[in-house]
Amino acid sequence: MTITVDSPSPAATAAAAVAEPRARFRDLLAAEWTKLWSLRSIHWALAATVLAILAANANAARSDLANYPNYSAEVKNYWFVPYWAMRDAFTNNSAWIVALAAGGIGAIAIVGEYSTGMIRTTFAAVPARRSVLAAKVAVLTGLMLVAGAVMAFGSFWLTQAILSHRHIGISISQPGALRCVIASALFPVVCALIGFGLGALIKHSATTVIATVGVLLLLPNLFNSPDKRWICDLHNLMPIAAWERLAFIGGRQQLFGPYPATITGSWLTYLIWPLVAVLLPLLLVRRRDL
Amino acid sequence: MIEINELTKRYGGTTAVNGLTFTVRPGHVTGFLGPNGAGKSTTLRLLLGLNAPTSGTATVNGRPFAGNPRGLRQVGALLDAGDVHGGRSARAHLTALAQSNRIPRGRVDEVLREVGLGSAANRRIGGFSLGMRQRLGIAAALLGDPPVLLFDEPFNGLDPEGVLWVRGLCRRLAAEGRTVFVSSHLMSEMQSTADRLIVIGRGALLADASIAEFAARGTAPGVAVRTPEADALTALLTAAGAVVRPDGGPDQLTITGLDAERVGELAFQHRIRLTELVTRTASLEQAFMELTADSVEYLAGDRT
Repeated sequence: MTITVDSPSPAATAAAAVAEPRARFRDLLAAEWTKLWSLRSIHWALAATVLAILAANANAARSDLANYPNYSAEVKNYWFVPYWAMRDAFTNNSAWIVALAAGGIGAIAIVGEYSTGMIRTTFAAVPARRSVLAAKVAVLTGLMLVAGAVMAFGSFWLTQAILSHRHIGISISQPGALRCVIASALFPVVCALIGFGLGALIKHSATTVIATVGVLLLLPNLFNSPDKRWICDLHNLMPIAAWERLAFIGGRQQLFGPYPATITGSWLTYLIWPLVAVLLPLLLVRRRDL
Repeated sequence: MIEINELTKRYGGTTAVNGLTFTVRPGHVTGFLGPNGAGKSTTLRLLLGLNAPTSGTATVNGRPFAGNPRGLRQVGALLDAGDVHGGRSARAHLTALAQSNRIPRGRVDEVLREVGLGSAANRRIGGFSLGMRQRLGIAAALLGDPPVLLFDEPFNGLDPEGVLWVRGLCRRLAAEGRTVFVSSHLMSEMQSTADRLIVIGRGALLADASIAEFAARGTAPGVAVRTPEADALTALLTAAGAVVRPDGGPDQLTITGLDAERVGELAFQHRIRLTELVTRTASLEQAFMELTADSVEYLAGDRT
């Protein structure tokens, strides 16, 4: 049996290029927004998170309001305003819920593409892979920023309105209060981008969720030895530790032990984690087989 | 126009695609055939820049596809009907694709109607049958009205009406002057769809020919005869220069080298009774099986 093989003829190679409109980044933003917002799971996750946070914080304020008459004079005079009042607006429980939910949403936003195979359809439609990832990051950041602002300003307003019944609430003009609210509004953005970065590198749903929980919530607990400087430094580098520092108000810094995080250092932590989480996949995405 | 040149892809120790060279021209439906695991899907992924080749090049209209900032107006591809997110509606899925390539929204409903999913547009893809997903994948490929179309196993999961529809669509797209490249592991799907065939096995090219050329190199055409006097007829025809082989039963023969008319004439002259006389044309399926016999990756049962 003989087989003839056509070889490409040079004359046939010169095919006309297809005319098409200029590629714009905002088209990718629109597409990624459609993708993210068309998933019902995202709606539910966001709505549930916002409600859970507002409820958890309002409940903390409500119980403080009820228990206030029984508090010692030291608490009333020394601790409550502004420190405890602010803690009611941003409880540690709510920070855990935010880390879990926002980290999860960030992970879903990218793992959902890889685990379903949608990523091949996406990259066949838009071969400029980095632009796609950048658009995803922008859309996720925007969405989490809005959700974070609703949660942070909502929690602050709600809890302080409750506490104001006994005139033990604080106003946003209290020194440091705005920083607490802004840091809390940014916290879900930081967590979501870390979840996104882990998801883009790991690509498998279950593994990504475990890794995200591990990095955001379990890792900080490993560095828990207040008398060792380097362990404290590591702890202060954790996103949730940075949030704790930034959302802390009042002069009672002894709470943070002998080696407390600094405000500047905490803002840097807020910046560096998401930056690395986003840049690493952006660098790797071009070369990877799908 | 698709040009594959010395394309090779190795994953660790396994070679999925091995020095492939071929050209797919516009205006035809070109079938891409090979047994399971022959490297068809890998070749298409390399062509779309989803995977990077170990060596060699793959170009669409003279350029590597991955160099285009946007792809849907260049190449429409259905690689795997499962490459979608089940949580979205068909309309949302196509809308996102259209937006990313600056394709007007109205085009989404157009292609949904064209593939027959107009009434399912707002349903979640997760609830779609394989056939519906194939149609959705084809809709996505048509979105950008591209000059090159790649369909990987588009017939999987389609009902008979769907198979006919895809055939008609492929032929229409080719008639419009587009390059249509359709992969399959079944020759029966290809023979009434494709004009040309590219056959690969174990990642290497086995044939690149028109359907007619391909059929001609399969089992040689011959004549099947049934007669109670098989021995006499064998002696007679062999003397006349034919090659005669017993075929199946004791009264059945297959003859090559003489046509049915001549066989009948000789038998009549020598008063040998024939109960059956049939011209056997070459079968594409047979040609395909013979061609790929040595490169089948997964074989049922043991070969003896």
